[in-house]
Amino acid sequence: MPHHIKSQGIIAPACVDENGKLSGFVHSFDTGGAVDGPGMRFVLFVSGCQFQCLYCHNPDTWKMHNGKMTHVDDIVAEIEKYAHFLRFAGGLTISGGEPLMQAYFIGEIFYRVKHELKLHTALDTQGFLAEHLEDDWFENVDLVLLDIKHIDPEKYEALTSKPLQPTLDFARRLSAMKKPMWIRYVLVPGYTDDFNDVEKLADFIATLHGVERVEVLPFHKMGEHKWDDLGLNFHLKDVSPPSPELLNRVIGQFQKRGLFTC
Amino acid sequence: MKIHETDISLEAWRGFVGNEWQNGVAVRDFIQANYTPYVGDDSFLVSSTPRTQQLWNKVTALIAEERIKGVLDVSADIGTSIIAHDAGYIDESLELIVGLQTDAPLKRAIVPNGGLRMVQSGLEAYGFKLDANVETAFGLYRKDHNQGVFDAYSPDILACRKSGIITGLPDAYGRGRIVGDYRRVALYGVDFLIKDKKREKSELDVGEFSETILRTREELSEQIRALAELKQMALKYGFDISQSAKTAQEAIQWTYFGYLAAIKEQNGAAMSIGRISSFLDIYIERDIQEGRLNETAAQELIDDLVIKLRMVRFLRTPEYDQLFSGDPTWVTESIGGMSEDGRTLVTKNSFRVLNTLYNLGAAPEPNLTVLWSVKMPQGFKEFCSKVSIETSAIQYESDDLMREHWGDDYAIACCVSAMRVGKQMQFFGARCNLAKTMLYAINGGVDEKSGVKIAHGFTPITSEYLDYDEVIVKFDAMMDWLATTYVKALNAIHYMHDKYHYERIEMALHDRDILRTMACGIAGLSVAADSLSAIKYAKVKVIRDENGIAMDFEIDGEYPAYGNDDDRVDQLAVWLVETFMDKIRQHKTYRDSTPTQSVLTITSNVVYGKKTGNTPDGRRSGEPFAPGANPMSGRDTSGFVASGASVAKLPYDAALDGISWTATSTPDSLGHTIADRVTNLTNCLDGFCGANGFHVNVNVLNKDTLLDAMNHPENYPQLTIRVSGYAVNFVKLSHEQQLDVINRTFHIHS
Repeated sequence: MPHHIKSQGIIAPACVDENGKLSGFVHSFDTGGAVDGPGMRFVLFVSGCQFQCLYCHNPDTWKMHNGKMTHVDDIVAEIEKYAHFLRFAGGLTISGGEPLMQAYFIGEIFYRVKHELKLHTALDTQGFLAEHLEDDWFENVDLVLLDIKHIDPEKYEALTSKPLQPTLDFARRLSAMKKPMWIRYVLVPGYTDDFNDVEKLADFIATLHGVERVEVLPFHKMGEHKWDDLGLNFHLKDVSPPSPELLNRVIGQFQKRGLFTC
Repeated sequence: MKIHETDISLEAWRGFVGNEWQNGVAVRDFIQANYTPYVGDDSFLVSSTPRTQQLWNKVTALIAEERIKGVLDVSADIGTSIIAHDAGYIDESLELIVGLQTDAPLKRAIVPNGGLRMVQSGLEAYGFKLDANVETAFGLYRKDHNQGVFDAYSPDILACRKSGIITGLPDAYGRGRIVGDYRRVALYGVDFLIKDKKREKSELDVGEFSETILRTREELSEQIRALAELKQMALKYGFDISQSAKTAQEAIQWTYFGYLAAIKEQNGAAMSIGRISSFLDIYIERDIQEGRLNETAAQELIDDLVIKLRMVRFLRTPEYDQLFSGDPTWVTESIGGMSEDGRTLVTKNSFRVLNTLYNLGAAPEPNLTVLWSVKMPQGFKEFCSKVSIETSAIQYESDDLMREHWGDDYAIACCVSAMRVGKQMQFFGARCNLAKTMLYAINGGVDEKSGVKIAHGFTPITSEYLDYDEVIVKFDAMMDWLATTYVKALNAIHYMHDKYHYERIEMALHDRDILRTMACGIAGLSVAADSLSAIKYAKVKVIRDENGIAMDFEIDGEYPAYGNDDDRVDQLAVWLVETFMDKIRQHKTYRDSTPTQSVLTITSNVVYGKKTGNTPDGRRSGEPFAPGANPMSGRDTSGFVASGASVAKLPYDAALDGISWTATSTPDSLGHTIADRVTNLTNCLDGFCGANGFHVNVNVLNKDTLLDAMNHPENYPQLTIRVSGYAVNFVKLSHEQQLDVINRTFHIHS
């Protein structure tokens, strides 16, 4: 095992409303997501994230309490409306924010959606808090969309404000568990496009079991206005989305290792 | 003149099986007995030939010229009829399927029977002058449809037309939305059809000559005359179509001649062609088996037919274009679906017709309409999705819903109107404005834009805050008034249309005894539903002007908006659809037609919005309505599955003329890979159809592309987008409509 860095983050305590019902903070949901896991997804965006990624397109989800406190029951009822469709077309993805900040809350949602609605489930995470969770917590998660934002520890921290190692540890753990994974990598010109860095990342991913695909997500600025709205300084104002050539180069680097990449 | 002659020894019905269709006109029976379902994928398809490209290039050059001029040319010298014009060609040496509306490509005809006034303003708008003889004939000797209607209209109808609470009425031109069974020409030849019409007429000579019998006898005589003219028209092109078609090429040619006669005679808003692909497939399959055709030649014939269908033109006025922009003709072809016995009606020719979007590039016409069933073969479903993603040129309508009502040989007229081919027609009724009706209810019948009292005998609401129960009572009464006035107008229009602008050839290709529907319509559904929701779930304060007219509304609090799969408001939309339908049903409709309604606006949502003041949902005066049954732009915040689920709740039984939904997505937000996108769209269509959704236009477009096309239209001559019920060349839309399309909800993942 590589040198183990204990993550500073903690999982938020379970929260109940005045009726004692398990609740959590929800930013929003999208009933027609097609890019967060296989097929058509009900994507639940929960709020709260310890990272402050420079390219974040949802900075409005950083503060957990900016979300709306919602019962698990209500969320499951909302998903149930689409269960028939989702059963053949896709499933549920919980994204954020960083969903693992509210692991008790989303764990219950995954459990009920898996057992009561019989849906495919996916977790979109950077894995920073995963070490606080036992293996059996992941039994109700069919697929992990694991964001590895950089392979170089220093650049990772500069980009995200948090250390890299917990994410890599989590990737290896999922690999050992043989948990299906999609690795997601946001391609930001000048930040994450260095040839050698991508080579290293691709080498690392190639050692993992269970990686079904690698998604290279081109940086875009559709979230820029949210930074402005929040009075935050968007550092990547002058960065352009990657050129098609760059995108193809990076995709090619993963594909060379036999990884299905898109 | 040279008469084309295929192998004289060929027997037209060789190899065909079944009896019923041989003894009388029964095209459905012929199809069922002889077609070959195809359950494979698109791998057999071929590209266009150099000949096809050469021919199409000639047409695109003309279309480019037309785009600059607005109208390429008009035959202003002669009132149109089936035989008014000589044969016309694009390039005779290159054409496999022949026939143009006038004697030159894209040259428009004038249709004075519909209304001389519209002809004159159409000609003036484009710098042409009406022939003096035509002017004299219609000025002095012959009354037209338009005159007839206005002779009968009442003051309240005129007031409604003027205020825009009822708009788009076909009172100045052809009503359209009638689909002749053009396949009959190919299967039977014209002589057989004439004989059959004579039989139908002779049967009406028992007992008294009532008005009904007299009218029908006269109509049948006109139909017989039109069929004789159809033969004459084909002869101008060197074809004798008195007998059945013997080959695929003839079958396509004969079918097209039937359609051509219709578009020579009529300028209906929608001139749909029906459901011909799988019918023609029977002939193509036979020719392939006999070695007369190969796949390349088969595709060539279909490409050629589609080139012709892309060239259908009518002379319109600028006001008409404002309402239905992009020069639409609704040459709707219905593709696919299932047979009642469980076999799919998808044939190889269903693929070939869609393949024209690749071979000739994307285009709005013909209006390709896939009759979607969850039971259709996967290969066809996925091909449709792929074509949608790459061209945005297809609309989908639920065969699973329609088959229950209309069997398995119906076609779509216009956008969403299903009718059994040759056995049913409709009286097209455009639509009325429910959002404005609500404002009339609040203002006691006074128009909020003009201040004129339009509906008499009503008192306004005078309270500071709108009370839901009071609004419902007044709104209900105002809908009664509207339905009464609306049906009066439609009865007048269709009585006069039958009298002065009867569809001789289209009706000749129908049975004598048919189902007629009175197709009413509503616009502004989402505005009205959201307004009721605001009044019910938030507090709505009325801002009145010095005359006490409600000019604006202040909303205190939040309300659930239609389009988020929230029953609190979705059921209000359902209530509106059902209630207005019930009110229509209470009236006597012309010719004992069955009342129906559609939730469809085409592009008139922009004009309706322009004519409607501030509404209690917060919509600003002049702001476009959402098209068709769509939720208002930006209010369906829960994603497009929830949006579609709301639309799918509207009951087809209360809107048998169709419910239109337009969904727009970017390619990226449908999935990361092409394969993902195809699978996802296919599943979405299955999901929507499975949830009893009726119709969806699928657009897969980038906003940047549309913005660029606004600035550089010359670079996007074929950029096609689906709007409510039809497709248009984006660059042919008005500036306002382009903005409306762009501002509508783009379901972008962010």
